[in-house]
Amino acid sequence: MGVLEPILLRLVDRARRKSAWLFHFNAGACNGCDIELVACLTPRYDVEQLGIRLEGSPRHADILCVTGPVTRTTREALRTIHAQLPDPKVVVAIGSCPATANVFAGSPVIDGPVDRIIPVDLFIPGCPPRPNAVVQGIAEAIELLVAKGVAQ
Amino acid sequence: MTRLFLALLVFPGLLYAVPMGWLMLGSERKVVARLQGRVGPPLTQGFYDFVKLLAKAPVPRAETFLLTLLPILAVASTLGALALLPVGAGGFTGDLIVFVGLLEMAPLCSVLAGFASRSVYGEVGATREAVLGISGNVPFLAALLALASAAGSLQLAAVAGGAPWVVRGPALLALLACLPVKLRMNPFSVANAEQEILAGPLTEMDGPRLALWELAHALEWVVLAGLVAVLVVPGRGGAFVLVSFAVVPLLGTLAAATARFKIDQAARFLWIWAVLAAVLAFFAAMAVRHGSL
Ligand code: SF4
Repeated sequence: MGVLEPILLRLVDRARRKSAWLFHFNAGACNGCDIELVACLTPRYDVEQLGIRLEGSPRHADILCVTGPVTRTTREALRTIHAQLPDPKVVVAIGSCPATANVFAGSPVIDGPVDRIIPVDLFIPGCPPRPNAVVQGIAEAIELLVAKGVAQ
Repeated sequence: MTRLFLALLVFPGLLYAVPMGWLMLGSERKVVARLQGRVGPPLTQGFYDFVKLLAKAPVPRAETFLLTLLPILAVASTLGALALLPVGAGGFTGDLIVFVGLLEMAPLCSVLAGFASRSVYGEVGATREAVLGISGNVPFLAALLALASAAGSLQLAAVAGGAPWVVRGPALLALLACLPVKLRMNPFSVANAEQEILAGPLTEMDGPRLALWELAHALEWVVLAGLVAVLVVPGRGGAFVLVSFAVVPLLGTLAAATARFKIDQAARFLWIWAVLAAVLAFFAAMAVRHGSL
């Protein structure tokens, strides 16, 4: 393995950088942030050219994208889903809701913001953030993902 | 024996099929992206996805043994089916039956994996996969049988070279109609319906296991496209590669142009149109055998 190992590790780093799969979880968002995230996959932004794909199952994903302020009913689901992502994983909170609970702050049915429930690696601010910001955030999340993979 | 090993490990087996499979997956995504006015992922995407998935640490769970065994079986049997394609090394008597058996292992394993994962999405996906598998296999097997009976042999090499075009035409049509079913592509992507039932039978697969499933899928591409190529240009290595690759834009275009069928629509389509083509091939084969064509 001696000589081969650094080459393999660099290959894995490169593969992680080129193939980030997202899982999108709506924790009570108003749908504004969700459509901006989905817009990143459309022809105008086309993040698939970076190997990014929206996956249907959290077990396939590398990056968990959370939108919304985390309502009482989505809290446990969020915990479960976060536990289902295989390591290395990164959590990205999209929008002002998951960061601060936004206009929903103080509501009795809100348990958020997200970092009270699960650890968050990156916040993308905005209500909703523009797709450019989302793309930039995901690009930064990929760098975090690679760094976490190295640490592992 | 050495010939079989060569076929298994070099061409059309491991050494050719794995890169080719990734290239086919990449090109299919590229074709779909171009048709949607996007740039799409690089052609090497399949390779990167595979390496990344291999390097992930799966979440511990109880059913590990079965869920690890099934994708290995799927990869191994699909490789075996590839080795039987009559290009390069020759086959042996009765290899059509072995070929079909090996080819059907991967879908069967994925149905089992869906149930073994104990996820509702996995189970719904597995049920759909089983229904589609039956509907798709009737025309698929009927077309292969028609070819075999027209050629008077169960050897793939003889079948590919021996069946006259009156039989081969409709049989190829039936096989082509079954290809998107077997590759779980639009409009037959009912079993792995993304976002609708998460990822179907593969919902609970993660890390290296998912990597193996992706590899099995890539190999299935190479086998099925290879089967078409063998029937179109029998016995030629170079043309085999070209024709099997030409299947990719064809299926990619179909996938980009269509939406997903419902399970009953998909089954009905196969039972009417694909079976019709297969029956045509069958009648042609009978006519050929009794010397009236
Ligand atoms: S941040 Fe704004 S747009 Fe996004 S979910 Fe919250 S309220 Fe809606």
